[in-house]
Amino acid sequence: MSYTIIKVENLGKKYIIDHEHNGNNNFREVVTNNIKKFFNSINPSTKKQQQQLKKEEFWALKDISFEVKQGDRVGIIGRNGAGKSTLLKVLSRITEPTTGKIYIKGRIASLLEVGTGFHPELTGRENIYLNGAILGMSRAEIKKKFDEIVAFAGVEKFIDTPVKRYSSGMYLRLAFSVAAHLEPEILVVDEVLAVGDAEFQKKCLGKMEDVNKKEGRTVLFVSHNMNAIEQLCNKAILLDQGRIVKEGEDVSNIVKYYLSCDNQLRSPVWINKGNEHSNEYFKPISMKIVDSKGQIVKMPISNNDDVYIEIKGEINVLHSALTIGYAIYTEDGQCLYWSYQTDAPESDWPKLRVGENILISQFPKRFLNEGTYYIELIGGLHLLNGFLNPEKITQQ
Amino acid sequence: MSKQNDIELIIEAGKTEKNYWKDLLEYRELFYILALRDISVRYKQTVMGILWAILQPFLTMIIFVVVFCKIAKLPSENIPYPIYVFSAMLPWTFFSTAFSNAGNSLIANSNLISKVYFPRIIIPAASIIVSAVDFTISFVILIGMMLWYSFYPSMYLLTIPIFLLITFFTAFGLGSFIAALNVKYRDFKFVIPFMVQFGLFISPVAYSTTLIPEKFKLLYYINPMVSVIDGFRWAVSGGKTDFRLEEVIIGLVTVVILNVFGILYFRKTEKTFADVI
Repeated sequence: MSYTIIKVENLGKKYIIDHEHNGNNNFREVVTNNIKKFFNSINPSTKKQQQQLKKEEFWALKDISFEVKQGDRVGIIGRNGAGKSTLLKVLSRITEPTTGKIYIKGRIASLLEVGTGFHPELTGRENIYLNGAILGMSRAEIKKKFDEIVAFAGVEKFIDTPVKRYSSGMYLRLAFSVAAHLEPEILVVDEVLAVGDAEFQKKCLGKMEDVNKKEGRTVLFVSHNMNAIEQLCNKAILLDQGRIVKEGEDVSNIVKYYLSCDNQLRSPVWINKGNEHSNEYFKPISMKIVDSKGQIVKMPISNNDDVYIEIKGEINVLHSALTIGYAIYTEDGQCLYWSYQTDAPESDWPKLRVGENILISQFPKRFLNEGTYYIELIGGLHLLNGFLNPEKITQQ
Repeated sequence: MSKQNDIELIIEAGKTEKNYWKDLLEYRELFYILALRDISVRYKQTVMGILWAILQPFLTMIIFVVVFCKIAKLPSENIPYPIYVFSAMLPWTFFSTAFSNAGNSLIANSNLISKVYFPRIIIPAASIIVSAVDFTISFVILIGMMLWYSFYPSMYLLTIPIFLLITFFTAFGLGSFIAALNVKYRDFKFVIPFMVQFGLFISPVAYSTTLIPEKFKLLYYINPMVSVIDGFRWAVSGGKTDFRLEEVIIGLVTVVILNVFGILYFRKTEKTFADVI
């Protein structure tokens, strides 16, 4: 019943990185280079130098082959720079591939950034038509869906106001709404869910499911939001350094695999390499995330695991108001809570002594959602002096 | 599934698409909408609004009248000098704004180019439409001026669309070529105003073609704007000014060369726009 709607064979995309200058080519440089080349070509002794032009090839995509069936919801995941966006750009014909072939059946509409082509001076109404046309809708089509678009975005009142006066939320809702009412056979979506409040994100996801289930469209979806990928997609492609690492219908396993590979920069251990954050009272030595046996945990941490925060430090001067603890932050820097060794009733306080101390605190189970969090070491003299600057460790 | 029989699109490395021109037809609405956007945005949040379309050539004309007629005393082939200048000012303003808009149009729309696919040639083409609208408005002023000087319009005015078309294609051919270059070499951002200024001197806007020595005339006619401006004057004056067929022929040859070369270069570089812009 469902046929192959996209077929990609040996797709590759090469960029040349020019180390000689950054950014845009300068016409003068091109001219002088060509003159240089010309003189070098008549003067063979300098030929060798010429060959050392510092150019480097970079394959943003290499040997990519896959098929997408009509009605599939394909999630494309991978770290930043893995080639996800390049793949979508090639598929939506924004840029040309260097090698390979792509067969596409039907109209493809790309939603690479919400609000592409919105003009700030134009009113909401004008922008709907403009954006619709840019995304490939005809005027008649937009007219038919106009009310629906406005209602979905919830901006009825401001439809004749220039969008530069919109709040960013309104702007975003309107932009997504236009895109969501497109009727292509294939919808390509890149990271649109990174913005907007939770409620709107939910609405977007719902709409995308609708588009797929009710109308049988194919959706290609790039996101760093693994929850959304697992929820929405029935197929996943994991890219790393321009190649397909894993591909298949077992979305949750691919996501898991991806997350387990994705811990390079995220360590459950921090060790003080010098005298960082030291002061007259306390010198931190290390901070670790450990399991019940005191072993350092493996990333990522499931929120069902028994996890402890272990802080090791040297106390130089014992002060009755000395507090040591940790704070936990979300990825975007919001503090969730902090905890000191003095949070318990005074009778249960750990006895601190001069010299090395190890403090262990159990981390609440089933407390955090999936995501990246930072843990900071904090400390101070209670109500007197805060002296420790944060040190970051992450956990998932 | 009925959709299965839809055309299949094949994207292949290094191959120009067969359906580019068909796509162009499909995206014609985008052309209108982009042109409409540029028109409606142009005078937003200005007090004078669309009056600027009239004021710009009008004020330049006054300066020209003072400098070239009153001070330099250039000949104007027996028609009132203000009309003589204004009838050249109009196609020239049309060309110069159209050309600079088109030349800068791709960079101005870089967000679109790096995010959505459509035949890019639409952008410079649509950007010229704004200037055409400005032209139409100032044309009404020209008619008003002619009546003021009791210089009545004749049937010759009906030839004006031909000259407008030549202007459009001059601006389009040259503009899309420069626009494509501009994507990669931003130097052309600075070249454009210079070209416009230079063009003003090698076009008979302030002076008359009759001042050009006969032996240089063929060379002079290579500039298609010469035929446009002379033709425009000829149409406005009801055939009273000097206007030759060879101007149009040589001018048309230039226009064809400009367009073939411009569009070919544009098509050749188009696919890398998103990567380098």
